[in-house]
Amino acid sequence: MCCQQAVLQSSFSNMSVYGPVVKIHPVVLASICDSYERRNEGASRCIGTLLGTVDKHSIEVTNCFSVPHNESEDEVAVDMEFAKNMYELHKRVSPTEVIIGWYATGFDITEHSVLIHEYYSREATNPIHLTMDTALQSSKMSIRAYVSAQMGVPGKTVGVMFTPLTVKYVYFDTERIGVDLLQRTRVLPSRTKGLTSDLSQVGGSAARVQDMLTTMLAYIDDVLSGKVAADNSVGRFLMDLVNKVPTISAEDFENMLNSNINDLLMVTYLSNLTQAQIALNEKLVLL
Amino acid sequence: MASRKESATASTAVMAIPAGTLDSPVNQIQIEGLVVLKIIKHYQEEGQGSEVVQGVLLGLVVEDRLEITNCFPFPQHTEDDADFDEVQYQMEMMRSLRHVNIDHLHVGWYQSTYYGSFVSRALLDSQFSYQHAIEESVVLIYDPIKTAQGSLSLKAYRLTPKLMEICKEKDFTPEALKKANIGFEHMVEEVPIIIKNSHLINVLMWDLEDKSTVADKHELLNLSRSNHLEKSLQLLMDRVDDMSQDIVKYNTYSRNVSKQQQQKHQYVQRRTQENTQRQSRGEPSLPEEDMSKMFKPPQAPPRMDTLLIAGQINNYCQNVKEFTSQNLGKLFMAEALQGHN
Repeated sequence: MCCQQAVLQSSFSNMSVYGPVVKIHPVVLASICDSYERRNEGASRCIGTLLGTVDKHSIEVTNCFSVPHNESEDEVAVDMEFAKNMYELHKRVSPTEVIIGWYATGFDITEHSVLIHEYYSREATNPIHLTMDTALQSSKMSIRAYVSAQMGVPGKTVGVMFTPLTVKYVYFDTERIGVDLLQRTRVLPSRTKGLTSDLSQVGGSAARVQDMLTTMLAYIDDVLSGKVAADNSVGRFLMDLVNKVPTISAEDFENMLNSNINDLLMVTYLSNLTQAQIALNEKLVLL
Repeated sequence: MASRKESATASTAVMAIPAGTLDSPVNQIQIEGLVVLKIIKHYQEEGQGSEVVQGVLLGLVVEDRLEITNCFPFPQHTEDDADFDEVQYQMEMMRSLRHVNIDHLHVGWYQSTYYGSFVSRALLDSQFSYQHAIEESVVLIYDPIKTAQGSLSLKAYRLTPKLMEICKEKDFTPEALKKANIGFEHMVEEVPIIIKNSHLINVLMWDLEDKSTVADKHELLNLSRSNHLEKSLQLLMDRVDDMSQDIVKYNTYSRNVSKQQQQKHQYVQRRTQENTQRQSRGEPSLPEEDMSKMFKPPQAPPRMDTLLIAGQINNYCQNVKEFTSQNLGKLFMAEALQGHN
């Protein structure tokens, strides 16, 4: 079978693509990284199944699991039994997920990919193929998705071409917050991060907002002193921002603030009282 | 970014003792980012509206650290076919994971919670059986509602050795608990968590930050959180009601006990009086009757529920206090903003 690679690297970002948009959750990417790190000795890449949901215009990838496979120069062996088993187990937990394709680490699409893709097209209609460059060949972890299309002259040998799809990253709200926390680990040399609690978190958030404000102020200063050309759209955003602060008369605001603070203080007092009460109760019982 | 990193010290929870002070095999928990994402995703997909979602944690133990490297979810119990075998599912899952070189050592389990209400008999039993089998196991409690408000809420708990002993004996009478001197504060201990990512995942994070166009969400600074406060207070009130009922039961029990003691005492006195009288009259004394048959001691109410309720109330109060302190901070920030107007 003759197959061709889709040589589109140069104009990748400018391609207009047909086909569904692929939305990926960060869980999937982290899983792929992890399975790549744990691959067997001698394997240069690892593959696995992608699970998710299919929509009319988009495919959402929400889960994945890796499948053991062996690859050599002229043959490739995938443990299909294993893949089926794992899919069954996963379906028990989340019955809405279906096999929507497969992934492979590595930069290019090789000939073996075609065979594996064929296997997956038996499992799912029009599977997508996701590649993730964990070896960082282009000094970036390029994540791409492809869908296969038949090509060639009818009647003669038929080939398969992988056409790229647009990839978007989507997060649930809670995922966004989790990813934020994870992103803070990359700044420390020890790559670790403790979980902070209560007021210090508000402090951290406020500090971040302050950082953003300083950046903005620096930009505004530059514009005012003529160093940077003024951009109208940015100016409009700034106008919006300043107008967002609600104008309330000082007295009204004072009242609102005080009543809120009183509520919170009362609740704190009550909960402290409750805690003291149960502690006392405990001591009395143990007498 | 300015350096506001926190070192991984024990959190100042009143409910639980920091594990570093006790002589326990686990002093710290190290979680991989992947596990956090998986737990979040699992709740998001399956947990809407239902009770709790649970799953198993896999990893290994390194010196006094427990490293959690992977996890997998458990299917729900509710919509069931009766022949669903949990153990089999677990075995198969672990076998398959072993094929792809994922650590298959069971080190604990995780559970989601609703507004912080997780101190229950079921949790205690499960954690006890886990800790009995595997000494270092922990339970991770994930609070999705608190997380959605801006900060990841993930806590790890273990049972104290004292509580383990009591559970082993299955003896929950007041006397046994008094002997062990357990208060609700000594039931569970919280273990500090740190999150660690491998280098590759860090690269991924950099990449994601680059590509994603979603602005940083500042959920945490949102002022309108009264709904959460209402709910928490409602749950707290329910618990306090339960507690008061329990206290009433215990009071009646102790009153019964003292009444019975009095009765016994009176009976013995009457007996001895009669005996002396009889002796003075030269008649044989009445036989001593078996006390315990006549006065059956009333049933002592199990104290474990009280402990659990007290622990739960304590947890709610902690959450409420944390919440109010955050909100006070936010209100003062809003005031500062207005002040400039």
